[in-house]
Amino acid sequence: MTTWLLRRILQALLIVGAMSVTVFVAVNVIGDPVEVLISPEATQEERARIIANLGLDQPLWKQYLNFVSDALQGSLGNSFVYNEPALELVLSRLPATLELAVFALLIAILVGIPLGLYAGLKPESKASRTIMAGSILGFSLPTFWVGLVMIMVFAVQLGWLPSSGRGETVEVLGVRWSFLTADGLQHMLLPAVNLALFKLSMVLRLTRAGTRETLSMDYVKFARAKGLTPARVIGVHVLKNIMIPIVTVLGLELGSLIAFAVVTETIFAWPGMGKLIVDSIYVLDRPVIVAYLMMIVLLFVTLNLIVDILYSVLDPRVRLESRS
Amino acid sequence: MSIGADSELSAPAIPPPVPKPLEESALRAFWQQFASSKLALTGLVVFGIIALAAVFAPWIAPQNPYDLAQLSIMDSRLPPGEASMDGYTYWLGTDDQGRDMVSAMLYGLRISLMVGVGSAVLACIFGTCLGLFAGYVGGWVEGLIMRVVDLFLSFPAILVALMILAFLGNGVMNVVLAIIVVEWAYYSRAVRGTALVERQREYIEAAECLVLPPRRILFRHLMPNCLPPLIVIATMQVARAISLEATLSFLGLGVPITEPSLGLLIANGYQYMLSGRYWISFYPGVALLITIVSINLVGDHLRDILNPRNQR
Repeated sequence: MTTWLLRRILQALLIVGAMSVTVFVAVNVIGDPVEVLISPEATQEERARIIANLGLDQPLWKQYLNFVSDALQGSLGNSFVYNEPALELVLSRLPATLELAVFALLIAILVGIPLGLYAGLKPESKASRTIMAGSILGFSLPTFWVGLVMIMVFAVQLGWLPSSGRGETVEVLGVRWSFLTADGLQHMLLPAVNLALFKLSMVLRLTRAGTRETLSMDYVKFARAKGLTPARVIGVHVLKNIMIPIVTVLGLELGSLIAFAVVTETIFAWPGMGKLIVDSIYVLDRPVIVAYLMMIVLLFVTLNLIVDILYSVLDPRVRLESRS
Repeated sequence: MSIGADSELSAPAIPPPVPKPLEESALRAFWQQFASSKLALTGLVVFGIIALAAVFAPWIAPQNPYDLAQLSIMDSRLPPGEASMDGYTYWLGTDDQGRDMVSAMLYGLRISLMVGVGSAVLACIFGTCLGLFAGYVGGWVEGLIMRVVDLFLSFPAILVALMILAFLGNGVMNVVLAIIVVEWAYYSRAVRGTALVERQREYIEAAECLVLPPRRILFRHLMPNCLPPLIVIATMQVARAISLEATLSFLGLGVPITEPSLGLLIANGYQYMLSGRYWISFYPGVALLITIVSINLVGDHLRDILNPRNQR
């Protein structure tokens, strides 16, 4: 187990390293930072001085080492637009995105699993067919368009819910959260549902497929033959066994929710990381782009690692396999 | 040795069954199985109509939305069903430039489909070649390729695409490139999985015994047998590619303003949404939705048919 864990962590570090090279090369080779940073009116000497100041006259591998050592000290340069440290800027937007993603994940689980279970238990019923057709719609609908329609219906025509912003926030532990106020929750509902829709369909389909597969297993038949109540058979024997794939997928999906929040946040003007990165791409605020990408890579690698570990804890077969 | 092989040995004079009619009947059986789902059939028909409409857009659109001479600013933002100055009815209204929405959507569909199908096909070619190669060669090459595949699959599509476009800037070719980078890994993973199973079969062994060149074994023997899962993935990925392109264009990072896809049309109408002029965004979205749903319906059913686990 320990060697397995060590090897997994090493792999994760390798990925972070590879991504940092990719991001670095993308920033410095494809786009020339000199063109962005130095005004076209600068004289030859000024240019040379700034290039030397930025360390851009050094060979690329040396520049990369500088970049890494700066990054390890938590410094990824200042944002061109806000003139604040880029990393701090991205981190300050993290809570907004995080609470949106977690809320969306909760919606996906709380709605998706019961519906999927129902569709799996009664695959031929009319309600199940409707649920399944709905789920095709759920992952066919482009997120951004659903968001627009939601704004159109619930914010413009019915006027029930606000269409943009975070609403009232409460400061807890130095971080501002929306989900603790009624107004904030109201603001969060539309974007969270919007973000959840795709994952909801996925959870639903996974649950249904898992349920159908599990129902034909011998241990379920045996549990039934023992005369256990249907509720117990489903709740204990079926649900427990379909949870492993669902938990894994959901762990990974939290990361993808954070990434997809880019779209939702733009539509609902939710001031999170996603909106920041889109705005930064428009104005080519490179330090912020780099900081965001490195953050996300780190987040993803960590999530993958945690899911892998959880997986091996939940499913002993994985552990045994890696040992042999 | 099985009886069938024995009898073939003892009676070499009997010609092997002519492959062509057999193939045809297999195709027909496949078609019958496909047509058994009305929903999937409807999806196919709808997508066929959409594709034709996109291809022939310049001939069937009532107006060329990008010919400024045909536009009148007086007609801008008319609601659906309103008639223009010279008596032409805009069934789906007009946008802020006075473009007929029907025409703009037909032209937008053209770009959306072109980017979506084109990039999915290119990703399929690239991903399949790499996956086949990995599955056939094995060893550390396979390990390396599959690690890269895993890496690409572990990052969400939108993020990778965003990253690429952030550095390359927008443009049709850049969007195509971004979608290829995002999608190829799905093909590689699926093809490699099938290739691993298929290469254990006798026909590959036979081909190897004949010392056929590896390229021939790969593409003439191995690849055709890896097709079923590929078809399913390719169908789904076309839908995903169209959706991704629309999303990127909506964010302003996709196709340029001179070649507006459906996503860009939606983005253009976004600002009018809050003032109740919903049609500029709404109808291109409906067109996008119908396209994606029709493809997904076909793909969903194909998966049910071609999934060997379901063939009991």
